Amino acid sequence: MSLVYAGVLSHAPGITGRAHLVENVAKRDEFYAALDRQRQEIEESGAEALMVIGAEHFANFFMNNMPAYCIGIGETYSGPVEDPDWLNIDRTNVPGAPDLSQRLARSIIQTIDIAYAEEWRFDHGIMVPLNFLTPKFDLPVIPVNINCQGPPLTPLHRAWAFGEAVRHAVDSVREKIAVIGTGGISHWPATPDSGKINETWDREFLDRLSRFDKSALLSYTDEETYRDGGQGGFEIRTYIAAAAAAGGPCEVQFFTAELPIFAVSCTVGRFSLSAPD
Amino acid sequence: MSLYYLQKFMYELNRDESMQSTFRKNPTDVLDAYNLSTEERGAVEDGDIGLLYVLGVNGQILMHYAAFLGIDWFDYLDRMRSGVEKYGPVRAGIYAMTGGGESFAPEATSDKKVDNQ
Repeated sequence: MSLVYAGVLSHAPGITGRAHLVENVAKRDEFYAALDRQRQEIEESGAEALMVIGAEHFANFFMNNMPAYCIGIGETYSGPVEDPDWLNIDRTNVPGAPDLSQRLARSIIQTIDIAYAEEWRFDHGIMVPLNFLTPKFDLPVIPVNINCQGPPLTPLHRAWAFGEAVRHAVDSVREKIAVIGTGGISHWPATPDSGKINETWDREFLDRLSRFDKSALLSYTDEETYRDGGQGGFEIRTYIAAAAAAGGPCEVQFFTAELPIFAVSCTVGRFSLSAPD
Repeated sequence: MSLYYLQKFMYELNRDESMQSTFRKNPTDVLDAYNLSTEERGAVEDGDIGLLYVLGVNGQILMHYAAFLGIDWFDYLDRMRSGVEKYGPVRAGIYAMTGGGESFAPEATSDKKVDNQ
């Protein structure tokens, strides 16, 4: 069994870049502590590589050639692509896992038409999670992107199938791998509504995630998500893929609207792992 | 409508420090490479974040362009609100304002650098 950890967490740039503007400092630090516990759990799992299933924001992929799914197979990556002062994360190099990534990609592509990339400049969608989970940026990373920005977007049932393909691939290699999904639930980032969330919608989604309720998780239409969860809600695809990879329920911590400057309902979750096939 | 090229200009500018340097010195040459409408080009040349937002530039692209112009976060949010008030609702894309322009993230008084690790 080579999947040793699966979880989810938020990645909004304000989590690091606007940390100094937080009013509820105690809640912020409680969230940071939860992220640090996730770091410890990943370390204790013995993971030799970290797959980050993210949803980037026009750092590498644009509407001239937008993959629904892409996996990094590079030797190294760099980030953040944004102004380091804006994100409050220094620019750095991050090790990849080219041989392992190739083997995973060759397995996943049996069922999902993924793209691959040997170059990848991480934006906040990956750098914020790494900042907390691998603060020395020394754990080899396998970046994965699901297009959640430029419609048409991959259907939720395909995100689930992708997660299952990830699990099958991960279980077929000898290395110990941790998988995290990182995205928002409801939020309206980078709009005048930044800071707005729909707590009712968020709690319902997280309840479905916590119960590993596949049919309920896949029942959202994009129209419903846009109406109730904003354009940021499209990133539930990363959580859904991580759930499918884990194969079990998720224990989630939810930090509500008490951190509006982070512009998302901050979450940290750990999945129970199903037995491998 | 050339929103695609307007966003492509910002996408490429946001990730290319060399292009940023060139654009600061000679914006005309840079912009000539993109098929922009008169309104779009004027919005870029004027740094009119409000109009760029209303034209439909994706917020994940626009917020970095605003930062490139030296506009801080709360000013960025205010400029988008002002744009909607002046030019009307967002015309395209998926980053429309949903409410009446109220603020959901009140400005804090603290401005202290934070160690976030």
